[in-house]
Amino acid sequence: MDLLEVKNLDFYYGSQKALADVTLNIRRNAITSLIGPSGCGKTTLLRCFNRMHDLYPGNRYAGEIRLQGRNILSKNEDLINLRSSVGMVFQKPTPFPMSVFDNIAYGPRLKGQRNLSFLREKVEKALRQAALWEEVKDRLKENAGGLSGGQQQRLSIARTLAVDPEVILFDESTSALDPISSQKIEDLMTELKKDVTIVAVTHNMQQAARVSDYTALMYLGSLVEYDETEIIFTRPQKKMTEEYVLGRFG
Amino acid sequence: MSKARYLNLGFKSLTFLASLSVLAIIAGIFVCLLWESLPALRHFGIFKFLFTADWNYAQESFGALRPLTGTALTTFLALLFAAPVAVGTAIFLTELCPHRLRGAFGTAVELLAAIPSVIYGMWGLFVFAPFLEASVQPLIGKTLGLLPLIGFFFQSKLAGGVNVFTASLVLAVMITPFIASVTRDAFNQVPATLKESARGLGATQWETIRQVQIPYSRQAIGGGAIIAMGRALGETMAVAYVIGNRHAPLDSLFAPYATITSVLANEFNEAAGLQLSSLFTLALALFLANFLALYLGKKLLKKEL
Ligand SMILES: Nc1ncnc2c1ncn2[C@@H]1O[C@H](COP(=O)(O)OP(=O)(O)OP(=O)(O)O)[C@@H](O)[C@H]1O
Ligand SMILES: [Mg+2]
Repeated sequence: MDLLEVKNLDFYYGSQKALADVTLNIRRNAITSLIGPSGCGKTTLLRCFNRMHDLYPGNRYAGEIRLQGRNILSKNEDLINLRSSVGMVFQKPTPFPMSVFDNIAYGPRLKGQRNLSFLREKVEKALRQAALWEEVKDRLKENAGGLSGGQQQRLSIARTLAVDPEVILFDESTSALDPISSQKIEDLMTELKKDVTIVAVTHNMQQAARVSDYTALMYLGSLVEYDETEIIFTRPQKKMTEEYVLGRFG
Repeated sequence: MSKARYLNLGFKSLTFLASLSVLAIIAGIFVCLLWESLPALRHFGIFKFLFTADWNYAQESFGALRPLTGTALTTFLALLFAAPVAVGTAIFLTELCPHRLRGAFGTAVELLAAIPSVIYGMWGLFVFAPFLEASVQPLIGKTLGLLPLIGFFFQSKLAGGVNVFTASLVLAVMITPFIASVTRDAFNQVPATLKESARGLGATQWETIRQVQIPYSRQAIGGGAIIAMGRALGETMAVAYVIGNRHAPLDSLFAPYATITSVLANEFNEAAGLQLSSLFTLALALFLANFLALYLGKKLLKKEL
């Protein structure tokens, strides 16, 4: 069974339909890229996976999204629980206005964890996983806003990792970074897929081709083609896919 | 030069002169205040003037301690009462209020700030003070008033409802809208993704507000509060109505007392000689405190944006 199974998903911002009949399965411990022209619904789809849309009034889903078999679109889904198993990293880093340590410990503390030695271990582990430990181990008490942009982005990743998510969603999370920081995050994603499943939106075709195992092309709220990355980039079924990955369209 | 360039030059000089005149007025006021204060400062000395509680017309002995502490205490209490209400209002306006009603509620809060302060004073004197005296004062007297050591400070000794507590509450009502609107603007500046990050880790809306949004906006909130403090410091009419302007030691929260503004409003007309100069010295202190508050407040607000 795949980790996430999306079946006939429609999504509406109020009366505006933003996703139409999307069906795809996200494989476990793999990186899946979502690509497509601006406004095609990549972010919208991503934010369905942790029901972030529920924060705003008027949004509506139809269809099914199964996470390990459970339909997370059901009315009685526990959103707090869901969101800690489906983490999210945004385009711009989002350090909380607190120390590096408190940032990473934020999620575990929300769950009621107060034991300091447990938290210390958790923070170190998450920072190591996010390849940030060596750079910040002497600055844990400093305000996270003082880190560089790339460090802040890895901090956001570490913060997500500290709540042991099944899935991490990346929404163009390298597009605001310099090439070296961006490369670090790419390497990190490859490293992380041992432990978690990754869905990443990107506008960077080389990046999608380099790091992801599967790629989905979207257009106007629908899924155009979804397959192994290698197939999407070398011998896609659809003409539109071929043109898009060659940069001749969109 | 062409006509347009002459006009442009004329326009530039005009605006320059206008802004220069503002500076000149401020400097002029400062110099006047200082000049008129000199006799009192010479006679009593700065230190003695600031730390003496005397206010005696017959012996011509004047000290600023009571008005200074009165102003500090009412301002402090006003901030203490106003800040939580203002932050709560801002939370409601930005997070909880249905979108359709936001405009209306926001305007209502701003209207509160537009009411002339003399009206607050009249309302405070005729409506609020009797109400507090009848309902709140006895309640506090029966609870906090029973505490050992500090209890006496919460007992009502004089009738009338005209006292430090009422004055602070009226001031609080007056500065709440300002702090609320600054806080609302600060909350609106919090990036959506920051809130979503907290929600994404499993925080509730309340946890997000308390642990992320408020800390993120704390500088702006602080700046707003300090500017509001400046207003409370200098608020004359409302306070003059409800503080009682009494020159006696403060033995209760529910006793009349004096503030710089109440002393100025009540005594300026009939004062002469050393008393007049002492009043000018009080005004100078107020001017400086206000200036400082505005400067600090603006500085904090700017850092945030
Ligand atoms: N909050 C919203 N309310 C209404 N419509 C929205 C909202 N957010 C997005 N949309 C619309 O939904 C469609 C899909 O938007 P989405 O943000 O998912 O695109 P995207 O593929 O992520 O684009 P980009 O590559 O530019 O980030 C667009 O037509 C957009 O205008
Ligand atoms: Mg997007």
